[in-house]
Amino acid sequence: MYERPDDRPGPRLALRIAVLGGVAVALFAVLAFRLWDLQVLSGSQYLAEAKNNRTREYKVIAPRGDILDRDGDVLVDNRTSLALQVNTQKLPEGPAERKAELRRLGKLAHMSLPKVLRTIDEQEEVAAGAPVTLRKDVGYELVYYLEENQRRFPGAQVQRVFVRGYPDGSRAAHVLGTVGEVNEEELKEPPYKGLEAGDEVGKGGVEYTYDRYLRGQPGLTRIQVNALGQPTPGGQLVSEPPAPGDNLKLTLDPAVQAAGESALASRGLPGAFVTMNVDNGEILGLGSFPTYDPTIFTKPMTQSQVNELYRDPVLAPLTDRATESYYPTGSTFKIVTALAALEGKVITPSTTIVDGGKLTVGTQSFQNAGGASYGALTLVPALEVSSDVFFYELGLKMWDTGQLQRWAAKLGIGKESGLDLPGETEGLVPNKKWRDDLAAEGLAEGRPWSAGDNIQLATGQGDLQTNPLQMAIAYAALGNDGTIVTPHVGMEIEDAAGRVLKEFDPKPRRKIKIDPAHRQAIMEGLHQAAQGPQGTSYGIFGGFPIEVAGKTGTAQRPPHADQSWYVILAPYPDPRIVTVVTMEEGGFGAESAAPAALQILEAYFDKHAGSVSASGTGLAE
Amino acid sequence: MMYATRSRRARPEPFAVRIGIAERLGLAHMDWPLTIATVALGAFSVFTLGQATRHDVPGSPHYYLDRQAIYCVLGLVGMLLLTRIDYSRFRELRVGIYTFLCASVSLVFVFGFAARGSRRSFEFPFFSFQPSELGKLLLVLALAGFVIDGARRGSPRQRTVRYLCLGLAPAALVFLQPDLGTSMVFVVATLAVMYFGGVPWTHFAVIGAALIALIALVLVAAPAVGVPVLKGYQEQRLTSFLHPSQDASGAGYQQNQSVVAIGSGQKTGRGDRATQTRLDFVPERHTDFIFAVIGERYGFMGAALVLSLYALLFWRALRIVTLSKNSYGTLVAGGIAVSLLFQVFVNVGMNLGIMPITGIPLPLMSYGGSSVIATFLAVGVLQSINIQARLSQRGRFAW
Repeated sequence: MYERPDDRPGPRLALRIAVLGGVAVALFAVLAFRLWDLQVLSGSQYLAEAKNNRTREYKVIAPRGDILDRDGDVLVDNRTSLALQVNTQKLPEGPAERKAELRRLGKLAHMSLPKVLRTIDEQEEVAAGAPVTLRKDVGYELVYYLEENQRRFPGAQVQRVFVRGYPDGSRAAHVLGTVGEVNEEELKEPPYKGLEAGDEVGKGGVEYTYDRYLRGQPGLTRIQVNALGQPTPGGQLVSEPPAPGDNLKLTLDPAVQAAGESALASRGLPGAFVTMNVDNGEILGLGSFPTYDPTIFTKPMTQSQVNELYRDPVLAPLTDRATESYYPTGSTFKIVTALAALEGKVITPSTTIVDGGKLTVGTQSFQNAGGASYGALTLVPALEVSSDVFFYELGLKMWDTGQLQRWAAKLGIGKESGLDLPGETEGLVPNKKWRDDLAAEGLAEGRPWSAGDNIQLATGQGDLQTNPLQMAIAYAALGNDGTIVTPHVGMEIEDAAGRVLKEFDPKPRRKIKIDPAHRQAIMEGLHQAAQGPQGTSYGIFGGFPIEVAGKTGTAQRPPHADQSWYVILAPYPDPRIVTVVTMEEGGFGAESAAPAALQILEAYFDKHAGSVSASGTGLAE
Repeated sequence: MMYATRSRRARPEPFAVRIGIAERLGLAHMDWPLTIATVALGAFSVFTLGQATRHDVPGSPHYYLDRQAIYCVLGLVGMLLLTRIDYSRFRELRVGIYTFLCASVSLVFVFGFAARGSRRSFEFPFFSFQPSELGKLLLVLALAGFVIDGARRGSPRQRTVRYLCLGLAPAALVFLQPDLGTSMVFVVATLAVMYFGGVPWTHFAVIGAALIALIALVLVAAPAVGVPVLKGYQEQRLTSFLHPSQDASGAGYQQNQSVVAIGSGQKTGRGDRATQTRLDFVPERHTDFIFAVIGERYGFMGAALVLSLYALLFWRALRIVTLSKNSYGTLVAGGIAVSLLFQVFVNVGMNLGIMPITGIPLPLMSYGGSSVIATFLAVGVLQSINIQARLSQRGRFAW
């Protein structure tokens, strides 16, 4: 079979073949370059994407460290709680069914549908694909209900999560503080670097101050998933276990803390107490009344709880009255006046001042409380009976020298103490400049500094504003010969096995010089006040088996009734602890604050009886 | 003396095997590079499927491996049988072939097996048959016959219209199945046969313009006036490659995953550590997206090898176009070569994210009996053209 010659491919065909060949070369070149681009030039980037594609990471929350008192008893630990979660990938596909299920779930969690959707949106933004927590701390009834009705709730699951546990309820609540989810502003700050929204951090108290020790390192589980997001068999790739936070041991003495809290609670008046080691500033007890149970922050709050905690300006249970208050102190301030007068050579311990029951300066008249008059007094009896006129005279003598203010500042009054709890107040010691500034601003109360201002200050009245902690520091300085300690509640950081990782022993703020004779005079005055037969608190401490030095205070705080104060150094004459108690509207110092202080000292010395007698400071019995 | 001639066609065939038995089987004048490329691609397909689909069918790890191997063997046997036949016989059978083609692609509407909303294939007890796959070859064989036959009837314009109608009729039937990808191959094969049949360039210019207008009409104008020609998914798939990341989990998803799979293979591939194509991120990995499997598992080395084999295959096919002893052979070889090139480019381009998703399988690589066997048969026809050309040359020179 032979073809006609014209049936053979001719030159026209050659051109067409050449064109097609050119097109083919171009097409293969396009494919080859694209392949080169994808695999060789950007291969590593796609490899990373592929690896990311097939894995899902789940953060494993690390439990926070426990908080212990100085005896090692647990104040805060973790308990597991059940959280209702939704796995959004397992929800029904249809928008209507999806909505219906979320509405039903919302009902179980007491949430409206919009709130459920908002919660999901918020958490998806942070961790897409991870289960969304709708509600923490749900009851077992809900778990059983969900298990029995699994088919109606595809995607719903119950997860165990860590929640702060408070075995003793409200014990030391103001010291401990609370935890909560880190907020956007905090995330921008250096201490919270590396955290993600949803992580829990300390929000107050030592939970806040020592957050970086208490907070653990979250673990990570990385699992391989297929395109549907389901784990592949044996697909657990990495599992870094979470590192729990370290434990924090506080300086709090459980006996003192319990006694202080019950002493406050038994009177039912708003108030506070501080018990501190005078030598090193360790806080053995610190409490404020009314208080609260931090447990309520671990669950969604009811409106009445919110009202009680946040909306009651009078009771304000969240306020720590030991460190966050502004109070006049009444006669407990007299040791400051005495020190200023002695060290400023205004008087000597043997200087006699006649207490005629009142002091008149110009048109103003300043009287003793209760209209008493004590006659000729030196410092010791003046402190013992708490003669106001004696100290009015001192205030008058120093009214424009600034000595009183200087000594108040030296002793730490009107200044932040450096306590390791957030929120302490600075307070105010009124002086000439402050008055003049007020006058310059043209305020209604603006008037020049007067002798009356200093006379008031000399007895802890007038514009003085301080808090129990500052009083404790000032008295401690008297007790320890002039060391201004740094008060602290954090003692040490321990790992889970109890090994000490870090000790907190903050250096004293400063040393001040006090003439031993002066110190002795004041200490004796305080001792007589507590245990001398004429003493203002003899009725309370007269029969106390250990020698002490204590001072009552009755602060006028209009429009409130008088505020009761008591500050005590024990044992006398070489004190180891100082206790300050104050009670709003508690009346005379001896009426309510002193009995509370007695309860605290009894608890302390019951526990430390042996060591006190061993130190030779003398138990009466 | 053969060595003395400067003619390219007269050069001795370097791969020719001059042994008696081979002579008798027709192997002697086979184009060996074409055979090697074809068999290598089929073998690579079987190898890849064996590795990549081990866990696809629970309890039978070799499900796809076994079947693809059988298809390849059947295709190889069919190819060898075709080499023994003078392809010119098909020219005489053009009307019968064309009738069979139209009938078979029509009958799927009646007896066809519906898969994913599309009727494309017949179900038989042990296998299924997709007539449109074989139709690609049948259309070329018949249409080339019509072109040669009608070469002197009517004006050039009438001829062009006639060829177009003959080619577009089965293409339209396939489009209605609906199978957009295969119908596009039909159109391209038709154009290729016309191209080698000498249809003037100006006609192609007009056809090209008409095609662009049609695409504009189908994708833009018709939906705008509310007459959707394409199904929603078809349109989405056709256009989503233009903006793949816009809809990472929808239509662009597959392509995104495919691109990530290929890219992640880097130079040498991830082997069994491949994840994209092993963990279902890439859909249809044993059929339309098998190139992504190769890219991820064997890296640039594997993917480039496959592309090279296709380039070799196409080069040899184009060479056969030039060798053909008659115009019919030229047209048939040209139609087969272009439709293979088109399928390879569109499929690989789709895997690489530069062409739309059209559901065109990768010839010889994608899993599927109809496609594999039809491609082997097409190569068999090419071999037949080559053998006939050699025999006629030898005859001519022997004379």
